[in-house]
Parts: sequence; C-alpha cells; structure tokens
Amino acid sequence: MKSSELTGNEREAVAGEIDPFEAALRLGDVKGRSPWEDAWHRLLKNRAAVTAAIIMGVMILVVVIGPWVISWDMDYTDWDHTNSPPSLANGHWFGTDAVGRDILVRTLEGGRISLLVGFVATIVSLLIGVSYGAIAGYYGGVTDRVMMRLVDIIYALPFMFFVILLMVVFGRNIVLIFVAIGAVNWLDMARIVRGQTLSLKRMEFVEAARACGVENRDIIRRHIVPNLLGVVMVYVTLTIPQVILVESFLSFLGLGVQEPMSSWGALVSDGAQDMESAPWTLVFPAVFLTVTLYCFNYIGDGLRDALDPKDRL
Amino acid sequence: MSGPASGRRRKQRPVLKVQDLAVTYDIQQGGLLRRHTRPLNAVDGISFELARGETLGVVGESGCGKSTLARALLGLVQPRRGRVLWLGEDLVGLDEKTLRKKRKELQIIFQDPLASLNPRMTVHDIIAEPLWTFYPKIARVQVEERVRGMMKMVGLLPNQINRYPHEFSGGQCQRIGIARALVLNPRLIICDEPVSALDVSIQAQIINLLKDLQRKLALSLIFIAHDLAVVKHISDRVMVMYLGRAMEVSSAPNLYRRPLHPYTSALVKAVPIPDPAARRRTATSGLRGDMPSPLDPPAGCVFHPRCPYAVKRCEIEVPPLRRLPQGDWVACHLAEELDLTIVKSG
Repeated sequence: MKSSELTGNEREAVAGEIDPFEAALRLGDVKGRSPWEDAWHRLLKNRAAVTAAIIMGVMILVVVIGPWVISWDMDYTDWDHTNSPPSLANGHWFGTDAVGRDILVRTLEGGRISLLVGFVATIVSLLIGVSYGAIAGYYGGVTDRVMMRLVDIIYALPFMFFVILLMVVFGRNIVLIFVAIGAVNWLDMARIVRGQTLSLKRMEFVEAARACGVENRDIIRRHIVPNLLGVVMVYVTLTIPQVILVESFLSFLGLGVQEPMSSWGALVSDGAQDMESAPWTLVFPAVFLTVTLYCFNYIGDGLRDALDPKDRL
Repeated sequence: MSGPASGRRRKQRPVLKVQDLAVTYDIQQGGLLRRHTRPLNAVDGISFELARGETLGVVGESGCGKSTLARALLGLVQPRRGRVLWLGEDLVGLDEKTLRKKRKELQIIFQDPLASLNPRMTVHDIIAEPLWTFYPKIARVQVEERVRGMMKMVGLLPNQINRYPHEFSGGQCQRIGIARALVLNPRLIICDEPVSALDVSIQAQIINLLKDLQRKLALSLIFIAHDLAVVKHISDRVMVMYLGRAMEVSSAPNLYRRPLHPYTSALVKAVPIPDPAARRRTATSGLRGDMPSPLDPPAGCVFHPRCPYAVKRCEIEVPPLRRLPQGDWVACHLAEELDLTIVKSG
C-alpha cells in the first residue's frame, strides 16, 4: 500500500536509501502528506459528498447574491399579482403569496437567515463546546466533574420553555434565536469533545509531550485539539442542518423571525396555510430547505468516511 | 561492555539513586452501591542506583510494574513513598515548574512507536517540540538545523523532515521517537519496551542504535523489556521485577549464567533457544500458574506460590533485597543454598 502511494521521485529516494544515504539526500526535501490532505483526497473521491458540496456552494452563492440581482424587494407588495402562480410573464418566477410578495426573493432572503442562523449558532457552539470539553476532559478530576454537572443542569432545562421565557423577557428578536440555539447546542459538542479528549490524553504522544515538559495549554492546543478536529468537523456538518431545522421549527410555531423578515421555516409555515389554494408558496421554500439539509448530511457522511481514523492507523 | 567495565562504572558516584520507591493506584471496586477503593501497589519498594553511561535492564512479566516504575521516575505518576535522587536532588514532591526544568535531562522512549507520535505533526515539529518548550526564543533556522542533525544521528534521511508519522515504518517511527528524546541532550533515557512492537530484524537495528548513541553521548539508560534476550544484549546490570518488587539485581553476564532467584532462573529458561540440542540440555522452566493479582499479593515472599523451592519460611517472612558476597543483589531466603546455574562452564 505504501509503495503504490509513492511518486517516481520518492521511489528513487527509497531505492537510494538502500545503498548510500547521501544519494537519497541529493533528491532534496520530500514533501509529506498530512492526514488532512489524505482525508481531502478521499473526500474528493466520494461522489455524493462532492455533488452535495457543489450544490451547497451554488445554494449559498444564489442565496447571498440573488436578492441583490432580483428586481423585487422582499416586502414589496405587487397588488396586481396577488396569489399569482409561477409565471415568467409577470416576472414572479416562483409566484406570489396572498399579499402579492415575490416568493423567489422571499425564499432567497429566508435562506440567508436560515443559513446565517445555522452557521453562526454552530460556530458559537463549536468555540464554546471545543474549549469547554477539551479543558474538562484534559484536566479531569474535580474540574471535570463540576464542569460536566453544569452541562447536565443546562441540558435538563426544557428547550421550548427556555425559548419562550427568553421571548417573554426580551421580546422577539433574531439575536435571541442565536442565543437560544447556541446555548443548547454547545452542550452536545462539549460532551463529544470531552469524551474524545479523555481517550486522547491517554495516548502515548500526549504522555511524551508531558515528559518533554510541554505546558498543559500547549498540549491542548498542539496535541489534543488538532486530533479532535476530525470528529468535530463531522459533528459540525451535522449540527448546521439540525440548527436550521430547529430555527424552522421555532419559526413555524411563530417564535422565530418576525415579519417582514423571513426564514425557510417561516415561509413553509405561511405556505402550509395556503397549501390548497397556492401550493407554490409551500413547495419552493420547502424544496430549498430539504435540498440544503440533504446536502449537509451527505457532506457530513463523506467527511466521516474520509476522516475515519481506523482507515488510516 | 561487560564485567570489569561495568564494575568500574559502578564505582563512580551514581547519577540516579532510587530509594524505596512505591507507587499505589486506587482501584474503584463495586457497583453503584458499596463502592470502595482498594490500593494496588504497582511498584512496591524499589531501590537501585545507576551510574553515568550505565545501562540497567528491567525485566518482568506484563503487569509487574515496569512501566509504572518508568513513569514514576519521570514524575508522570506520583509515588506514594520513596525518593528519586537525580544528581543528589530529590525529584519526588517537586512542583510542576521545577520538575519541568529537570525533564530536560530525563527523557523517555515509548513502546508503540506510532502511538507515541502525534499523527497531525510533521517529523520536524515532533522533534522540535522539546526545543520550542525549553528554548522558546530560538530561531527557526537553528531549530531546523538541529532537527536535521538529530535525524541524521538516528539514521533517518533529513530530507524526510516534512513527512508525517504515518508515512514511516515502525522502526523509522521509533527512530523519530529516539531523536525527540535526544534533542535536548538528556543524560538519562528511560526506554519503556522500545522494541517490543517491532520486527526482530528491526529490533536489532534499534538496539544497536541505542548502544551506539549511548557510547557517543555518555547516556545512562534504563531499558525496560519483557524479553530477556533483548535485555541481555544491551544491559550492564539487570533488575528482575515481580509483582512490583525487585527479585534480583545482577550484572548481566551473571544473571544469565547463574541466576540467584528461582524466578530469574525460570525467566532465563523460558527464553527460546534456537539450537534444539542445547535446548534439550536445559531443564524446562517449570513455572506453575499465573502471576497473582497485584490487588491481593501473597504473604511472605510474593513469588512463593509459584516457586518450586518454596519452604515454610517463604510463606511468612518477606525476603529483603540483600547483597551477596559476589556483589549481586537478591531477594530470596534460599539464595545461598540453591544452585540455579544454567550454563556450566566447559
């Protein structure tokens, strides 16, 4: 397996190693291939994941650029064309809703919010979860017990109750959605990271670093976290769709974003009410939402296969 | 390497002096209810001295406390009692910061060569890490130069400096581990079964490399293994451990020719001999049963339940490690009476 990975130059180097040392040295520095690069190459071979990633990329591009290009505004009501089915003639390609707003631009604007919530909440949970979990797992003992019991306590709070409470106290606000989702999502991340850290810190290379006198924060930074990232990345790609779904759920219940802003969840909720008279108001945002969720799941699957350490070690 | 040379070395002031070292792990037992901890004496009262440039082999079955001893010497686990005197200074009970400074002089090589290298770091980063730790201000160029020098010294191609551990074979990975241990110019290296995970042909290369480096750099080595044949080749003296205790500390040639302890004799006889004729001449090892649980060690001499020569006294009285007239140490009541000679001269 090793030899098949070698390029011509490297094969020469290996051959040179057998007789003089110097002959091999003349070839100059050999470039190594990191586990990340290996994983990247494996990921590129996974057709489902690559397709999903391309679709995702196009989706993000369309969602970000689309609303600037399209001549309609998301809150503009076209009284001449209320409840219009999709039509090229009147310029509403995805049709309009009951008050004459363009569904296309609202779907794209909604996508911005949904994806933003997905990414921001995930990044927040990533930053808090990884550092929290790594510290709890690495230091262990009392530190670990106190930190993880705190996680358990927060975990025990009913999520919906927590959201409704926030809404009541602070009023409806998009920032609150980030806070609410982020506050809950990092708990899972912290638990996963802690578990991984517990097994990593028993590895001999961590012990070797300790024996060399490397300080704890450098061990966490150089040895623990980089080896966690594989698992974390897979979890992240599966968290983003989960967060988008939670936001949609909140919006569907009327606890999410507020008019005239919208998100996929809110649009699906509106569309579901007019499903019989104007199915396009439901179908288009629903399709965007589902395609996105599928893509993230496929990318996550692909990453997991590509990063699986058992394949490597 | 043998006899007189090691004798001369031993007369020097020892660099490392270990006195009555003991390490205890607390083992949690029982379910949710009636949970209690029991002490496990992994290392129980080990004492020895090590001279500059000397190699002490440590052998014993799995679970006899060899690795724990190694970790305790480096302060990676806290001993329950005893002293580890490094150049006259006790390392036990030093605070993290002072101990960290001492680690420049004491290094370790691990058993599993791949597991002891961070898979996400290049060879350069792995070997350079101790340098970064102790000389944070050192220039990048200097670090690289030193790393290349170390790679050459341990027989690696310096142009492989940007490769990752998974791109090397087990033997090469062990060389990387050795380079990392040597980069700070330590004076003592503890080798925790450094060749157990390697092929036999590679084992010889690594052992010869270690011997070579030891001579060049005047290193003291503590060489841990469960294989007597490996230890024989490299050690000046050998300590035989059983259930966390030293059974015998003898010079290497004596140990193999005339073991003092019945356990040593059993171990030596268990070494496979490639010559069938020679094999037939030696008696079989005749070691009965398994090693008892260290949670519940036998009273008296810990070896007595498996010892073919055990007498009543062995079940009651713990034999101290004592020095015999010829200079070797043994923990057996019957050492003077037993003749366990394996290879008769002539």
